[in-house]
Amino acid sequence: MLAVVRDLIRYNKEFTIGAVLVAIIVGFSCLSFFSPVDPTLVYLVPPERPPSTEYWFGTNSRGQDLFWQATFAIRNTLAFGLLVAVLSRIISLTVGLVAGYIGGWVDRVLMSINDVVVALPIFPILVLVYFVLRADLTTLKLAIVMACFGWPFDARLIRSIAVGLRHREFTHHAVFAGMSARKIMFEEHLPYVMPIVLSTAMANMIWSIGLSVTLAVLGFTDLNIPSIGTMLYWANNHSAMVVGTWWWIAVPVVLVVVTFVGLYLLAVSLNEYIDPRSRLRRMGGAALVSATSTLVAEGGAAPVPTLGADVRGEPEGRP
Amino acid sequence: MKAYSWFVLKRFAQMIVVIYVGVSTAFLITHLSPINPVDSMLSSITTRSNFSPEAIEEMRAALTDLYGVDKPLLEQYVNFWQRFLQGGDFGPSLLAFPTPAMTLVMRALPWTVLLLSTSVLITWFLGNLFGGLAGYFQNSRLLKVFGVASMGVQPIPYYIVAFLFLIFFGFVWPVLPISGAYAMDVQSGWNIDFILSVIQHAILPVTSLIVVGFGTWFLGMRALVSNIVNEDYVTYAELAGVPRRRIVFSYVMRNAAVPQLTALALVLGSIFSGTIITEQVYNYPGLGTLLVDAVNTGDNTTVLAVSTVAITAVAIAIFVVDLLHPLLDPRVRAS
Repeated sequence: MLAVVRDLIRYNKEFTIGAVLVAIIVGFSCLSFFSPVDPTLVYLVPPERPPSTEYWFGTNSRGQDLFWQATFAIRNTLAFGLLVAVLSRIISLTVGLVAGYIGGWVDRVLMSINDVVVALPIFPILVLVYFVLRADLTTLKLAIVMACFGWPFDARLIRSIAVGLRHREFTHHAVFAGMSARKIMFEEHLPYVMPIVLSTAMANMIWSIGLSVTLAVLGFTDLNIPSIGTMLYWANNHSAMVVGTWWWIAVPVVLVVVTFVGLYLLAVSLNEYIDPRSRLRRMGGAALVSATSTLVAEGGAAPVPTLGADVRGEPEGRP
Repeated sequence: MKAYSWFVLKRFAQMIVVIYVGVSTAFLITHLSPINPVDSMLSSITTRSNFSPEAIEEMRAALTDLYGVDKPLLEQYVNFWQRFLQGGDFGPSLLAFPTPAMTLVMRALPWTVLLLSTSVLITWFLGNLFGGLAGYFQNSRLLKVFGVASMGVQPIPYYIVAFLFLIFFGFVWPVLPISGAYAMDVQSGWNIDFILSVIQHAILPVTSLIVVGFGTWFLGMRALVSNIVNEDYVTYAELAGVPRRRIVFSYVMRNAAVPQLTALALVLGSIFSGTIITEQVYNYPGLGTLLVDAVNTGDNTTVLAVSTVAITAVAIAIFVVDLLHPLLDPRVRAS
């Protein structure tokens, strides 16, 4: 595992940049644990000061120090993205592995549910949920609702791998040895889909964070919890651009853009790592690709069947 | 031809299922909630006025009758579908009482369709064209720059990009209108001034949608084409002396465009979400703005109407995109 990460950092520029950006963001969010101020309190410091040595990111019209405010905001936003990613991964893994392994009518039913969920426009539905729940729409509830819509693309990917695994020799061995279907799916097949679960988790985080920021900016969320979206909401609410407190908008926008680009680069480079064909293209140009399928098998590459075009840029929609 | 009609039939059935499930979800979300639409409507009517308690009670009775919330859920559900199928009568809106919610939605829908169709067409075409070229001419410096740029912009959500455009064109360099769909002082209708004004107001929202969407198609097409370029038939065509332009467009890109069309059908729902978010940023009078206004007013009817129409419209649009397949892929046409 560590060796893989080391190689990725050495040979994959995108992975390195992505890892550095994400590390910066995570480190910054961890600062919130050492914060001297409570982020929900207002009028603690002189309002509307531009960035200076005393207030690194300036202060806002609500009298909050934006540096500490931003640490809490990015922490909550990241935690939300992670929560949705974990929940939706559980759904997509279950659906993908079951559909792929059992096949038949189970597969057909699950995949048609999949097709329906893919086709639904998520944003109006989320707004509808907010409209109905209002103040009851806690972070956890919103995360559950989003997880219910964030799994189909990834479930299909996982299924496509699981279908391939079903006819591999070790699966037959396991079946003849009397292993239960549940055990085969979650002990034998799960490790093979883990890389794709990791890379889609990051794409999923981009998706869910983007949606939650959008909802928050429109005011459709609990506005007292500091997050990137609520920071922007309050900045808009106090007409930050008109007043001239540009740093109030710049801080959350820069943070969230860095997060997105970092996560995206990680997801893309992991995809490339999973799909050996594109990796070879990077290393040795086109001529190598056709002649190296045997080489890859011997070279101890990740034990995942080639996915080809399936794994290209995550088609998951962004808000 | 038989294969194609079978294909169409299957897609049509899928569209019906999507509409049914989506609209039912929207109905259930609004009706299973503990919040009574009558109460929320009453509270928003009575906040800024002083009615006598009797008047409020009468209003409550009238509203309960109007919404039919005292009936069992199943009956409400059947009623809802009946009225939806008979031309979408959802009842009067609160946002612009007593205009029917459906009238408001139908007024907003063309603007959303305008934004969505223009931006999707331009984005899909440009993204695939440049992506295909970048996949074929892998050493071109300019196309590499495109690749890096789309990597950087692609993950940023619609809202942030639209917002940055708004700040730039609203405060830094105010050359384009940043709000509304046409200038207030022009006569709406089919005259030159109006059309020019509409185009001028659409530039910013459409551009911001293009900027976000471009990367998806560019990167996808580049990956597809760089795989196809290594296929034997392409090498054969090159050796046989087929003109390069013909290889790129008819041999390589046309093949790669088929999965890209499938992908378009898959992501159309989220592009739609992006469009209505962008509308809201530019105060464009489409479905998105209507939806947000309705939520802020507490207008149950309109919120449900917008969601229902949105789900239906997206399902129909996906169906139409699917129908385009035989244009690109002759295998679908052949029986």
